[in-house]
Amino acid sequence: MADCAETIRELETFLDSQLAPEMRASIEAHLGGCNDCLQAFDFHAELRIVIREKCRNDELPPGLLSRIELCFDEDFDGDGDIG
Amino acid sequence: MADRNEFAEQAMQFAPQLYSAAMRMTRNSADAEDVVQETYLRAYRGFGNFAEGTNLRAWLFRILTNTYINRYRAKQRRPQETDLAEVEDLYLYKRISGLDVASRSAEDTLFDLFPDDEVKAALEALPESFRLPVLLADVEGFSYKEIAEMLDVPIGTVMSRLHRGRKAMQKALIDFATERGLLNG
Repeated sequence: MADCAETIRELETFLDSQLAPEMRASIEAHLGGCNDCLQAFDFHAELRIVIREKCRNDELPPGLLSRIELCFDEDFDGDGDIG
Repeated sequence: MADRNEFAEQAMQFAPQLYSAAMRMTRNSADAEDVVQETYLRAYRGFGNFAEGTNLRAWLFRILTNTYINRYRAKQRRPQETDLAEVEDLYLYKRISGLDVASRSAEDTLFDLFPDDEVKAALEALPESFRLPVLLADVEGFSYKEIAEMLDVPIGTVMSRLHRGRKAMQKALIDFATERGLLNG
């Protein structure tokens, strides 16, 4: 089972779901018995959600979709083909 | 040429995500619109080569990223590694969990602590070579491998830029909170 230092070192890769299965199991075993590390992991998992939700909520400018779709119907670059 | 309706049906649903990502890349709406429009035009032209059954969303983001880099990278000065603040591990976590009880009410979640504008600004303040990996991983949820392909850098480079970019972004969030008087400087 991983210790605290190793667990914190692997925090990002764990949250990125990119750890090898054995390492993941070892970190999970540690988190099961260490409240300090678990709190740090929970905090960063929540932070990911906050960043994700707050950075992808821009409203599409009105008319952008129809301007895009126009490109599919016209010979946009004059090469004789649509698009 | 790709079937127009098939392409529109499959690809247009991703426009809001692509536009938000383009906003974080270009940091202004006029350029973001241009990048998204060019992305769709390129994708439409290349749709015939897109392998059915592979990930259309990842393919569109790869085109978006390349379009942005080709158009705008030349304009920007080379990002300097030294632009990034040196920050200890768990910096934000330690500062936030150190908030005294009086200044943090029970219902104050992390979500309420940072307004949308501050989170966007913290991401947009990162130098480009760190901003793109953080955007693609933490906002868009792509894997190291997908990001490495989009940015044409090794996976190890993606990981180290993510690590440093995330820490710098946390530092920026702390600075905002300090300016607002939420944290002591």
